[in-house]
Amino acid sequence: MSRVGLGASLLAALAIAVVLGIRFGSVDLTSREVLTALAGGGPEWQRQIVVELRLPRMLLGALVGGGLALAGATFQALLRNPLAEPYILGISGGASVGAVLVLALGLAGAASWVLPLAALAGALLAIVLVFRVATASGRSLDVRVLLLAGVVVAAFFSACVAFILSVSEARTVQGAVLWIMGSLAGAGWKSVAVAAAYTLPTAALLFTLARPLNLMAIGEETAHYLGADVEKVKRGALALAALLTAAGVAVAGVIGFVGLVVPHTIRLLIGSDHRALLPLSFLGGATFLVLSDIAAQLVLAPTQVPVGVITAFVGVPLFLVLLRRSLIP
Amino acid sequence: MRFAAQALVVRYPRSARAALERVTIEVPDGSLYAVLGPNGSGKSTLLKALLGVVPISAGAARVDGRDVSSWSRRELARAVGVVPQAEAIAFPLSVREMVAMGRYPWLGPLGAEREEDRDAIARALEHCDVADLADRDVMTLSGGELQRVRIARALAQQPRALVLDEPTASLDIRHEMTILELLRASADQGITVLVVTHGLDLAARFADHMLLLGRGEVAAEGPPAAVLRSGVIEAVYRWPVAVAPDPATGTPRVTPLRGGATS
Repeated sequence: MSRVGLGASLLAALAIAVVLGIRFGSVDLTSREVLTALAGGGPEWQRQIVVELRLPRMLLGALVGGGLALAGATFQALLRNPLAEPYILGISGGASVGAVLVLALGLAGAASWVLPLAALAGALLAIVLVFRVATASGRSLDVRVLLLAGVVVAAFFSACVAFILSVSEARTVQGAVLWIMGSLAGAGWKSVAVAAAYTLPTAALLFTLARPLNLMAIGEETAHYLGADVEKVKRGALALAALLTAAGVAVAGVIGFVGLVVPHTIRLLIGSDHRALLPLSFLGGATFLVLSDIAAQLVLAPTQVPVGVITAFVGVPLFLVLLRRSLIP
Repeated sequence: MRFAAQALVVRYPRSARAALERVTIEVPDGSLYAVLGPNGSGKSTLLKALLGVVPISAGAARVDGRDVSSWSRRELARAVGVVPQAEAIAFPLSVREMVAMGRYPWLGPLGAEREEDRDAIARALEHCDVADLADRDVMTLSGGELQRVRIARALAQQPRALVLDEPTASLDIRHEMTILELLRASADQGITVLVVTHGLDLAARFADHMLLLGRGEVAAEGPPAAVLRSGVIEAVYRWPVAVAPDPATGTPRVTPLRGGATS
C-alpha cells in the first residue's frame, strides 16, 4: 500500500468515524435531530448532547489517540522494540499520579495547564525510574528487563493513585476514577483546547525527528557514525513522547495499548520509515480511539464502558502475540 | 584522508591494564591499512579512538592533521564511512532504505533527497553489486549480502575514508574475497581504507600497510612482508607459527603449527 493512499484512507476513515460518533451515542437521536442541533436549532437538550458532548468527545478522542499512537511509535524507535508503549512502560501510570495528586490537592481549578504539567512531571519521573532499573546492569538495554521494570513501576504508580484517592474526599474520588481506566466521557471544549495546545505542536516537533529515529533503528553506534547527535535525539524524543502521553492522560486518563496496536499495524502496511510511520500513526491512532470510543458507548448502551477497556481487549492479544514472537530467537 | 595516533593511551574505567598503551601510527592517504592482533589486543578500541568515540586518556588522535575532537559529528560523517562490527536491526528495512541512510550527513534531519543523493545511492548499490537486492528486506539477506549492503551505505556517504571492523568475520571464502576486492578497489580510487581483520594471509595480499597489536601496544608496523615474521607473530599470539611465501601469490603465508600452547 502506498503511503499517500494509506494517509488518504486514514483521513477518510477518521472523518467517517467522527461523523458516526456524532450521529450515534448512548442517547438515541435521529439523523434529522442531530443535523438540526448542529445547525443550532431543535430543543436545547439535544443541542447540548450534540454540540457540547458528542462533538468535543470525538475531537478529544482523535487528539488523545493520535498522541498516544505517536508516543508509542517513538518509544519503539528509541528502545528498538515493537513492544514499547506508554502504558506498558508505566509512563501513563506516572502521568496519572501527577494528575490525581493535583486533583486531590484541589489545584486543578487554578489553571487549565496545571493538570497536564503535573502529568508531565509524573511521566518524566516514570521514564527516569524505568530506565534506571532497565540499564542498571550497565549493559545494553535488555528489553525483558525493561518491560518488567515498566510493569513494576506501573503497579507502584497505581498503588500511589489508590492511596491518594483513599485519603481524598468522596467528590475527588468520583472525578478521579477516570484515571484508573481511561475514558473520554469527561470531554468538553475546554479539554479539547488543552489537548490540542499540548498535542499538536509536540507532534509537529516529533515529525522533524523522523530521520534520526530511522538511524536509531540500526543502532545508536551507527547513527552516531552517520552524523546524528544520538544523545540529543534520544532526550528530545523521550521528552516529547512523555509530553504527548501526559497530555492524553491529563484529559482522558490512562488508556492503554493504542501506542502498541496502531504503529504495529501501520508498520505492517508501509514499513518502518519514520517519516511516514510517525504521521500515519498519529492519524491511525486518532481513528482507532474514536472508533473504540463509539464501541465503548454502544456495546452496553445506555451504560458506557470505559474506552480503555475496549483498547485493552484489542491490544492485549496483539501484545501477547508480539511478545511470543520476540522470545523466539 | 589520513589518520594518525600519537602516543595514544586509552584506559577504560575499572580496568587494570590500558586498552591502548602509547600507540603511534600513521595511516597514509589512499592506502589500505590493516589492523591485526589477537582478541582483546585493542584493535576495535584503536578504531574507536581514531573516530573520536572513546575518551582518550593521553596522547592524540588526528584525522587529516586535526585533532579528532575538533571535528563535528556531521563533518566527520561526510568524510569517513564507518561499518561497525555488528548492528542489530530493530525493524524491517529495505536495502535501498538502508543505503539511503548514508546520505544523512549531507541532508540533515529535514532535507528531501535530491538528484545527487539518488545518484550517490545508485552508484553505491551498483559498486557493491547489491542493486538487484534494492527492494529486499535487509533481515532476509545472507551474511555476505548484508555486509556488502553496509559497505554500500558507507560509500553512499561519499567518504574520503572507510573504516571497517572485521567486515569479513564469519563469511565464506567467496564472500570474503568479494569484500576484500571491493575494499582494494576503493583504496585504488583514492579512498583510505582502515580495516580490522583476523585474516593474516589475506591482509598480506590486499593491504599496503599492516599494524600488529599485542596487548594494546604496537608489536610491528609496516608493509606486510616486514610485519609478518614468525618471531613477532609467535610472541603476539603466543602460538608457534611458520611463515613462508605463498606459492600462488608470493605474499607471506602464516601457518599455525600443532602442539602449541606451551605457556
